[in-house]
Parts: sequence; C-alpha cells; structure tokens
Amino acid sequence: MSIPSVSRRNFLRVSMIAGGGMLVGFSTLGNDEKQELDGTPFSPNAYIKISPDGTITMMSPNPEIGQGVKTSLVMLIAEEMNVDWQKIRVETAPLDAKYGSQTTGGSGAIRSRYTKLRQAGATARVLLIAAAADTWGVASADCYAENGSVIHRTSGKKLSFGELATKAASMPVPANIPLKDPKEFKIIGTRIKDVDAQAIVTGKPLFGIDTRREGMLFAVVARPPAHGKKLQSFDDSATLKVSGVKKVVQVKSSVAVLATSTWAAIKGRAALKINWEDASKLESTADHEKAFKELLSKPAATPNRNDGDVDAAMSSATKLLDVYYEVPVLSHAQMEPLNFYADVRDGKAELYGPTQVPQNLVATVARELNIPAANISLGLPRQGGGFGRKLRPDNGVEAALISQAAQCPVQVQWTREDDMQNDFYRASGMFRFKAAIKDGNLEAWQQSFACLSNGRSPDTYPAGALKNLRIESHSLPTNIPTGPWRAPTHNVQAFANECFMDEVATELKKDPVALRLELLKKAKEQPVGRLAYEPDKFISVIELVAKISNWGKSSPNTYRGFSTWFSFNSYVAQVVELKMEKGKPKITKVYCAVHCGKVVNLSGAENQVQGAVVDGLGHAMYTKLTFKDGAAVQTNFGPYNFVKMRSTPLDVEVAFVPSEENPTGLGEPGLPPIAPALANALFAATGKRFRKMPFADDIQFA
Amino acid sequence: MPKYNFTVNNKQVSVEADADTPLLWVLRDQLNLVGTKYGCGVAQCGACTIHYNGSPVRSCQFPVSAVGTGKVGTIEGLSEKGDHPVQQAWIEMDVAQCGYCQSGQIMAAVALLKKNPKPTDEEIDSTITNICRCGTNVRIRKAIHLAASKGGKL
Repeated sequence: MSIPSVSRRNFLRVSMIAGGGMLVGFSTLGNDEKQELDGTPFSPNAYIKISPDGTITMMSPNPEIGQGVKTSLVMLIAEEMNVDWQKIRVETAPLDAKYGSQTTGGSGAIRSRYTKLRQAGATARVLLIAAAADTWGVASADCYAENGSVIHRTSGKKLSFGELATKAASMPVPANIPLKDPKEFKIIGTRIKDVDAQAIVTGKPLFGIDTRREGMLFAVVARPPAHGKKLQSFDDSATLKVSGVKKVVQVKSSVAVLATSTWAAIKGRAALKINWEDASKLESTADHEKAFKELLSKPAATPNRNDGDVDAAMSSATKLLDVYYEVPVLSHAQMEPLNFYADVRDGKAELYGPTQVPQNLVATVARELNIPAANISLGLPRQGGGFGRKLRPDNGVEAALISQAAQCPVQVQWTREDDMQNDFYRASGMFRFKAAIKDGNLEAWQQSFACLSNGRSPDTYPAGALKNLRIESHSLPTNIPTGPWRAPTHNVQAFANECFMDEVATELKKDPVALRLELLKKAKEQPVGRLAYEPDKFISVIELVAKISNWGKSSPNTYRGFSTWFSFNSYVAQVVELKMEKGKPKITKVYCAVHCGKVVNLSGAENQVQGAVVDGLGHAMYTKLTFKDGAAVQTNFGPYNFVKMRSTPLDVEVAFVPSEENPTGLGEPGLPPIAPALANALFAATGKRFRKMPFADDIQFA
Repeated sequence: MPKYNFTVNNKQVSVEADADTPLLWVLRDQLNLVGTKYGCGVAQCGACTIHYNGSPVRSCQFPVSAVGTGKVGTIEGLSEKGDHPVQQAWIEMDVAQCGYCQSGQIMAAVALLKKNPKPTDEEIDSTITNICRCGTNVRIRKAIHLAASKGGKL
C-alpha cells in the first residue's frame, strides 16, 4: 500500500528540535506553511520526537478513557517506524488543531487514524534511512531500519535513530512513501500491554482528579436537586464559618463552595441554605412508562423504513406475535467522578481534566467566558472511564466559570451523587415488536420504539432480509437530559431485536442460529431495500461463535442463549452459557466472535470485548435509574446496583475473524448483543421471557 | 482543628483535620497520596481501599480520628519498586482498561492473598467486592490466581 500524494504542505511536518533531534507530525492547517518554511525548531505538538540521546517520545492524539488508544494508536506509528517498542515514551497530546479531531467517541479513534499514523511512522523511517545512507555515501535502498537503528545491508554498519535524528530532520521528504503490507507487521496484531500499566499499578497521579497545583482550591457545587428546578436564593453564612471554606460563588443556577480540601468543601456545601424553585414539570419514571405505552398504541406519523406491505401480511397471518420490551434510564457511572481543573485569570484560561470532546469544550468555554479560544489551553489526562458521559463538556465549562468568578485556580470535584443526579442519561424506552407468521414462515416484522428525547432506531438487520418490514420511532419530550451511552441506541435496540428474533425462532420451531443464517442468506441473495451491513461478515461471526461454543451440543444443566449485532461497522456474535444453582441462574461462560477488520492490539481488543460483555451483563441483570419528581432515586452505588465479581462469568472467550481490512470500531460493538444473549439463555433455562431490564427485578441470580 | 499523628507506608505523618474527615481525603488532599481513589464515598465501590494493620479498609468511611496507632498502607507503599507480585500479575495479565479502580482492586487482592494464599474462584468472588466499571473482572480474577501461583513471595 502506498500513499499517492503526500505533500509536505498539506500533511507532513518534519522539523529539527532545538539542540538536535527530529520531530514528525502532520499539519492540517494551511496557514502553517510559513512556519514550516521558517523551520520552526521545536513544537511539542507532533506525533514523534526523537532526541539525540535516543529517547523516542510518541504522542497519542486522542484522550485515553479506557479504550486503549494510548497504546494502540502509538502501535500504528511504531509499526511503520521499526522502532524498539520498549524504548518508546508515550504521552497524550494536549488539545491542538494539528491533531485533527481529538474527540473520543463512536469507536472512532483507530478507524479514523489507521492510515495517518502509519504514515507518520513510515515517514520517520524513510528519513532516518536517508540520513544514514547519506552519512555512509550509500543508496537508501541498501539500508533498512530495525529495532530503532538503521543498518547497511552489505557492510552491516549501524546507526541508531537517536544518532540520525538531527540529520534526518533536514532530509527532503519523498512524495510517495509506501506503507507496509499487513503481512510484514511485527507490532500490529500482537499483544501489547497498556503503556501506563506500571503507573496504574503503583498509583501514580495519572488522572484529572489527581491534579494538584499551587494556590488551587477544591470546589464542590450545589446544583439543582431535581430536573425542572432552579436556584431562587441562597444563604452562605453558615458555610463561610466552616473551617477550610474560602469562598462561595454563584454560577448560573448553581452555588460553588471553594475550600482548602474536598472534605471542607463538602461540609461547606451541606451548610448552604438554598431555596430552589420549580421551573418546569418534575417528571417521574412511572409517567414515562405510561406515556411510552400510549405512544406505541398509535402508528408513527412517518415510518423510518417501510418495505413491502406489513399491514396486509399482518392481516393474513396465521399467528401474530405482539410483545413489548422495556429498558430503564442508566447513568454512565464512569469510575472517576467528574472533575476539572481551571485557572482563569487575565482573559486567559488553563484547563486540565477529563473530557471526550476537547475541541467542543474549549469552544464552549470561549463562548461562555467571552475570551478568545486562542487564550485557552487544554491538557488531557488519562481518564477513569467515559462511556459517553464526557461527550458533553459541562464539567469543564462549569469549572472555568467557577474559576473566573472566584478569580483563583480551582479543582472542581463532583461527588458520585452529583454525577448521578446531573448526568446526560441513557434514555429509557419501550419497544413494541410485531411479527406475522404464516405457514411456518416469517412474513412480516414491525418494530416501534418510543423513548425519552429523540431515539431513532438504526436501520439494520433484519432489515434487508424480509419482504415486509416497518421500523418506526416516537419521541417523548422531557426535561431529563439524555445523551450517548456506550453503543447509543444499539444497546437498547439489540436487546429488543435479538430477544424478539429468539421468540420468532421458538414460534417457527427453528434453531435461533439457523434462523439468523437463513435470513442473512436471503439478504445476501435477494436484498430488500437498502442493506446497511455486509451479510458475509455477519455470517462469519455467527458461524465462528457456533463453532467455538459447540452450539447445538447439549450438556446437563447448561443453558444457552445466542445473539448477534452489527454496530460501528463491526460484527459480533455471542453465546451466553449458564447453569441453575438451586433455581438461580449463574452465568458460567460467554463466547464471542468478532469481525472488526485488522486487530491492532490483540490484548487490548480482547480486553475491550471482555469488558463490554461484563458491562452489558451487569446492566442487564442489575442496573436501573429511576426518577421521582425530577430527582434520581438511585444516587450512588448500592441502590444503583452494579455488577461485581460474583456475577462475572468465569471466562469470556473472544475469537476474531482473521482480516487484513482496515480496522472498524471496537470500544462499543461488544456490548449490544450480550443482554439479549443472556435473556435468551434465561428463557432456555426457565421457559420465561425476560422483556424488561434489569432482569433481577424478576429473577434472583446466584 | 485537632492534630493527628500516625503511620502511613511506614512513615510518621502529622495532619490537622476535623475529626470526621475521611482518611481518603486526608491521604489525597493533605498527604498528596492520590493513588487511593474516590469513587462513591459510601464504601460501595472499593476504589479507596487501603490497608489498616494489613486488613482492607474503605478509607472513604474511615474517619481520620479512628486511625490512632494503627498502621496505614496505601498503593504507593505496597512495594518500593512497584514489583509486588500482585502488581506484577496485574501487568502480566494486562488487566487495566481505564485503570482508575485498579489500585483499590490491588489493595483488596493483596489483603485477600495474605489471608488465603490459594483462593478458589468462589473465594475470590465472595471477597473481592470492588467495582470495575470497565468490566475487567475476568482478568482481575486471573491476575489474583497468577499472583497466588507465585506463592511464598507475597
């Protein structure tokens, strides 16, 4: 593979570091040209920095939130550079336009950077080889790079990258730099341990919550206690008497207490006397459920998709299935409660903290504080989970406003209760599924979805495989803030879809795996309407999981459920295996087959899928958040019941379909199919359908 | 404000704090030992697990006034070079995803292995009640077995 037109102006930025060394990065800004011609000696904003002493620092452009990119993105650079992996230092890049979009979400970091980062590595390698060849007076073609050195093939002469760095920075950049054939990969596709592993297990200050700066105060914020309420007035006289409390400031409809320690700020907040007033309706979960049912009793104004004639097929059916599935609101509950450091003074802002949307955060701070974006810097720590919560920049914006109001550097700390009351929740919703069956065949399929806010069902399987199919969505207006939560919409749709498919299989007296394969074969051979997926890839994961799980073989007290889903361009099929212990189900093993194109880091990829399985199982079994008069009822772990070791399967086996295609998403696709696979296994074990999450409301797990 | 003298990671420390201040915040905000993490504040998640006289304690619910002459151990003091067998097992199994809960998990695992050097799956499951939001539970279990298999070196 080669990149046809690498032009130095559009892409590449190679420069010398003051005092020697070389820097390779990409410049996507047109106005950078002048800087480049001037030979800007040093910029910290590039992907690779080689110092004459041999230290190689690589910048990972997207924030690390647990998805493994701090390791896997750098593997892409290192692969093409032929560097010694053990000698690399990795840093997360601060926000800088040179890195393009640094948003972390939608399982997109590897997908969007697979080629670009390899180009950065390949360019460095080519220039280092050219520098060595020039030094020795030989042809570049007679030299190669290996393990951080360039070697002359015939003489065996050798120079390290560090020795070559300064000279390499002045070598002309060729226009056409070939990338490796995937068959030559030595790093991509192997198991590489997290680059921060040692720092993590020794408790180093890696996270935003660990920020400690000179003169900084800790802040805890009183925000409205219910959605629909706003600040009317407050009295801070008792707060200001709490030892350690320094300041109280109002920011919008919230009151921030700044103190010399988190605990003093928490106590200070508890001493505030606040009057909140109702600004809009105070909503409750029971009202939502009633409203969903009402919405689903009528057809939507315009279906999202309408193939064939569903109504005719329904009216001539010999058997009609008509069932509801329900999913609760969820909090993101990322392990590191929200926090942010901000120092806003003299029209400038220094920001540091956890976010999935660095660009959006800075743009919003610039707007809200009325200062130019150019005066704002944003550093990005490792983050204690994301799951979509930090796709909203509210935590950083609020900290900046507080620092501006208080005129001092501040570390804003959210308590877990703050986090759960002020989330952008996974929306609750209800599905109504109908199927028309005639003469042992599935003739029509209708799926209606009602949810808080705007949830639109993805146009995916079994669409394309059925003659008559209708998909429709209804929105319930609400003042409960909702937002993306790991595998948005997929995480609820897969549940309803794949459970219903299992119900249809039972009704048709067909094996659930065989039914899927039959439908996908139809989609492949005679697709109906638009096909959003590739049937062959779908079939590959279904067949693989059937193989590794010995699907179809029965053993005593072993019950299984199957499910499959397509999201973020990846295909996943899963089998849940459970046994009954004194009438209580105990999940013993989960099998996963995944097609995600080329796997970059085998250890990280497997970890993502295993984690998604435990995440998805836990939420399906135990977790829900409900509202009473606009306030979250479950405000902390405990009542917000979360999966623990005792409910974790002993093993989660992950198999990847071999592929040399460019990688597709992997942070999210492992999650959607697991809840329905569990529900289907529970049906196999108990004969009862589990159509409402969390299942622990209806069955006790071992 | 009362003053407290106690031992953290075999060093004498002295802090001024309200009696009800959870040890978690004393460690993090006053002693700058930030490896001990805040996750819930109600002893449910285990991110703040420390050792108190060798036993696992959730420091968010442990007031500084209760420390007395007991010995406090945090992740920073677990080993001098970061090479405790449990830390090594965590790296070997590449357990972490976001990594935030792992210091608490490791402290809980070390305490378990001290009491029970060869725990079964069931014993691990009933003793380790920490929450990992990323769902690294399967690898945590394997890492505990791996550390246990190295026996006596704990």
